[in-house]
Amino acid sequence: MELIADNLAVARGGVRVLEGVSFRLAAGRALILRGPNGSGKTTLLRTVAGLQPAAAGRISLDREAMAYAGHADGIKAPLSVAENLTFWARMFGQAGIDTALTAFDLRGLADRRAGTLSAGQKRRLGLARMIVTGRPVWVMDEPTVSLDASAVALFADAVRAHLATGGMALLATHIDLGLPEAAVLDVAPYRATAQVGDAFDADFDEVAA
Amino acid sequence: MIALLSRDLALAVRAGGGFGLGLAFFLIVVVLVPFGVGPDEALHARIASGILWLGALLACLLSLDRIFALDFEDGSLDLLATAPLPTEALVSVKAAAHWLVTGLPLVAAAPVLAILLNLPAMGYGALVLSLLLGTPALSVIGTFGAALTVGIKRGGLLMSLLVLPLYVPTLIFGAEAARRGAEGLDWTTPMLMLAGITCGVIAVLPFASAAVLRVNLR
Repeated sequence: MELIADNLAVARGGVRVLEGVSFRLAAGRALILRGPNGSGKTTLLRTVAGLQPAAAGRISLDREAMAYAGHADGIKAPLSVAENLTFWARMFGQAGIDTALTAFDLRGLADRRAGTLSAGQKRRLGLARMIVTGRPVWVMDEPTVSLDASAVALFADAVRAHLATGGMALLATHIDLGLPEAAVLDVAPYRATAQVGDAFDADFDEVAA
Repeated sequence: MIALLSRDLALAVRAGGGFGLGLAFFLIVVVLVPFGVGPDEALHARIASGILWLGALLACLLSLDRIFALDFEDGSLDLLATAPLPTEALVSVKAAAHWLVTGLPLVAAAPVLAILLNLPAMGYGALVLSLLLGTPALSVIGTFGAALTVGIKRGGLLMSLLVLPLYVPTLIFGAEAARRGAEGLDWTTPMLMLAGITCGVIAVLPFASAAVLRVNLR
């Protein structure tokens, strides 16, 4: 399995932000996206994850292969940590949550109400969700926000374990994850020249079709 | 699908959930109306079915913006959209959960509250049946409105304005069936029209809701 993005253009709010992005990601490899704020990393990740259509270009794998983690963790405060994870495991047709709890050191928090967790603990719960999806490609947007150094190490271990089983990871991050084997793609050279096209109308055509 | 339905039901009944909100509103409307219109039992009996239907409709409307807004704010909606569940199934489950949490308790409470409004004894069957057939349509139409306005900050007003006209046919036939039941007339025709509206919206609107939700998530 290989994730290939071919001459991809992505748009946000009808305005193209990146154009001509091409990369290949083989099984067991990670790709780190870099670029200044507002350069279109999030839009690119959402497009790859299948949350929005590409303005142009092609992605070799469809959304069924992707697990996405955005800025928000999708945690329900009234449910416990274990209930939150079990829900996502069932949604993705997976069985156990033990591996995920262990990987992010959440075992001791399993019965805590998710609303009482700290920001870093919530983030760990959000990242543990990636393991229970069972999907081969992890698409993650700033995964280490609000994590301390030891939690970042846990995260890097989890990514490495995922890559070792033939998975792939596409990460946008500003900090050093300690993944020397990961390739780095700077999105800055692909910034689109500002143009407001017919993208707004195209949205409606697509719904009608 | 079962996982999502049971999660939504669990969230609704736990602290801070929406369960009971619609029911409390329904209770308030029905209890206050007799004070508003004065102590005239014949008048109460005449307007009872209409007030109960209107109360149920407004109670339903009150909780609509919770259908997608909470999941949108905490990011769950993005994650649900990437799950193996088709968006059509997602919106159908959301509508079903809304009906179980809001619509069904209203149906159960209506006969009890009808006593307060002096509804004639022969009207109870038609009232409960009309609410049972009509409230699913309110939830499905409401889910469409909620999908249209997801992502808009404080979109509740806009959603109410969009949804209210779509609620009118359900209200007309539902209240008419209940009124005919209370007056001892034959209620077959409006009840069948109501059932037809409900079947129609259940068949068509999930596709529309899914389409607008996908556009709104971009």
